[in-house]
Amino acid sequence: MSDFWSWWVIIIVAINIIGCWALLHWTRKIKGGAENETTGHVYDGIEEYNNPLPRWWLNMFYITLIFGVVYLILYPGLGNFAGYLGWTPQKQHTEEVEAAKATYQPLFDKYKSVPIAELAKVKQATEMGKRIFVNTCFGCHGSDAAGNPGYPDLTDNDWLWGGSPEQIEQSILHGRMGAMPAFGTSLTAEQIDQLVNYVGQLSGNKVDEAKANAGEAIFNTQCFACHTKEGTGNIAMGAPNLTDNIWLYGGSRSTIAETIRNGRNGNMPAHADILGEARVHLVAAYVYSLSNK
Amino acid sequence: MSENSSPTYNYRVVRQFSIMTVVWGIVGMLVGCIIAAQLFWPDLTYGIEFLTYGRLRPLHTNAVIFAFGGSALMATSLYVVQRTCQTPLISNALAAFVFWGWQLIIVLAAISLPMGWTSGKEYAELEWPIDILIAVVWVAYAILYFGTIIKRKTKHIYVANWFYGAFILTVAILHIVNSAAIPVSLTKSYSAYGGAIDAMVQWWYGHNAVGFFLTAGFLGMMYYFIPKQAERPVYSYRLSIVHFWALIAIYMWAGPHHLHYTALPSWAQSLGMIFSLILLAPSWGGMINGIMTLSGAWHKLRNDPILKFLIVSLSFYGMSTFEGPMMSIKTVNALSHYTDWTIGHVHSGALGWVAFVSIGALYYLIPKVFGRKDMYSVDLINTHFWVSTIGVVLYIAAMWIAGVMQGLMWRAVNEDGTLTYSFVEAVQETYPYYAIRLVGGILFLGGMLIMAYNTIKTVQAGPDTDTAKEG
Repeated sequence: MSDFWSWWVIIIVAINIIGCWALLHWTRKIKGGAENETTGHVYDGIEEYNNPLPRWWLNMFYITLIFGVVYLILYPGLGNFAGYLGWTPQKQHTEEVEAAKATYQPLFDKYKSVPIAELAKVKQATEMGKRIFVNTCFGCHGSDAAGNPGYPDLTDNDWLWGGSPEQIEQSILHGRMGAMPAFGTSLTAEQIDQLVNYVGQLSGNKVDEAKANAGEAIFNTQCFACHTKEGTGNIAMGAPNLTDNIWLYGGSRSTIAETIRNGRNGNMPAHADILGEARVHLVAAYVYSLSNK
Repeated sequence: MSENSSPTYNYRVVRQFSIMTVVWGIVGMLVGCIIAAQLFWPDLTYGIEFLTYGRLRPLHTNAVIFAFGGSALMATSLYVVQRTCQTPLISNALAAFVFWGWQLIIVLAAISLPMGWTSGKEYAELEWPIDILIAVVWVAYAILYFGTIIKRKTKHIYVANWFYGAFILTVAILHIVNSAAIPVSLTKSYSAYGGAIDAMVQWWYGHNAVGFFLTAGFLGMMYYFIPKQAERPVYSYRLSIVHFWALIAIYMWAGPHHLHYTALPSWAQSLGMIFSLILLAPSWGGMINGIMTLSGAWHKLRNDPILKFLIVSLSFYGMSTFEGPMMSIKTVNALSHYTDWTIGHVHSGALGWVAFVSIGALYYLIPKVFGRKDMYSVDLINTHFWVSTIGVVLYIAAMWIAGVMQGLMWRAVNEDGTLTYSFVEAVQETYPYYAIRLVGGILFLGGMLIMAYNTIKTVQAGPDTDTAKEG
């Protein structure tokens, strides 16, 4: 801040602190206050004694004032004056982060070179991975990793982007972007209904045969490029397997219709910069362990 | 001078505000109980948008602070200013305008907040057209109040009026500065300030709303009704001078303690903290003056439930004004901030202090302005006292335990530096305390219903034959 505002702050802080001191000093000296002697004012029958200020209270007041002055000498507060200790929150934060790194980083680094499949069997490692997971990933995938509509279940060994250790680690490190295009403008409501029946049939659900047959024809021109002719999906682009009755956004007829009509966009954020490679490695081991016991 | 010597006092507005204090108290606390229940049963209101937690919570805070608390302050201040200045209000028309204007604002709040029309500023959520109406009504209230002070027939101004005066003047400034906004439509506006400055203005307002609305205003109430009910002189005139001036000067600085460890510059955070600590003594000055007024008459506490309400309110006042400075210390705040401890702290002030002193004052005031000697049932006042005392204690004890537990769980780390608990585990552990809090809240609401019954019976009974009807 400019020198003007700095002095502005300093001066009104001083006025307030000195003002309190002066007020205490002045009122202590007001005359009167003998026992049972009132000020002589009467308001609607209320009178006032003028007892002296309680000593303990007065001392408490002085102590807080002194504490305030000392604090303002040591720490920032008086405008641009940084305080004698030179403390800043940034400095404290950096120091604490550095201290934590020095203490904890070796614990993570020792697992960095262990392959994930092996690490998934080390209890201490998966426990560490789990603790990072429940505080970082829970918002979308849930504290139990069982997912939410739009956020995959990580416990079922069904993988949008592949379930090998490397693929899982890749998903966490760099994120994934899944996109199902919207067909609401290119397909009629009837065609979408036919597709819904066919997709239902792929997962072995009871559907309208005739509609499903019509839907198959549409599927083979519109959907096969990503989901394959068999409907088993493609991990290269995160296109889900439609034959396993596991549904990312929900498997009811209306939800499937909505998915086809409006499309879907999935986004798994990259965590390389958030967690760092060593921690991602442990989270990957934990996630891998969930479906590879 | 006899109690009712001047027939010209305007008691009509006092009666109106007194009754509405009880009504809005029940409404506001009922909404509070609903949102407390929602925290326990999240699906309670079936996802109906008008009844979601996010919309009812500001309705609860506005209703209890400005409808219940505001009506109590207006009822008592307009009574006290006439009695202690020995002069009627300067204008009965203006008094009626203040009453009906304030009620209109409350009704508009009760409609607009569930509709989701909000400026998003805590304790100042109402949108700009209502803000303008508040400013107009508040200025009318100020003219009515200070006009009456100017016309007073006493030489000096009684200490209760210093506090009421500071409350009225400061709230006007706080409201106008904090509500400055750029409207984009009738129901939407954006704050005139940006970023950290907006946050600082908001908490300058927010904390001084506590300081001047919920503290100074109710200290004014305390300074009249405690000596009246105890029939004792005020303990120390000089103490009232010191703590008044120190309180109103120092409170202005305390806002930044709501923004510790944020983007607010360090110097402002430090000043917020040290002035919050310095505020302890001025705050306690009022408590000492109130409680010591009773010295020599302690036996009255045994039989007089009104006095119980008033004295216990001061105990809660002393407790929360000690707790507040402690929570403003940065290292304590690092534990308490964002936890239910804050909710406990606020309610020990709001229920224990503000509601208790208002209830005590109203039990004194209602018979007076309705021409009765006493309330319909003194036993029911006593019942009310115990029901609500148990309610407050359950409420704040539950929130203290929950808050400290949350703070400790959130910061607990394992040997490897990872967090010990996930967020949802802390929520799970809080569950039983949410149930206890709800029980506390329902008890407090139950107390208000007892009060409503007692009030209806008192009003229905009509004026005593031997008490002159006034106003």
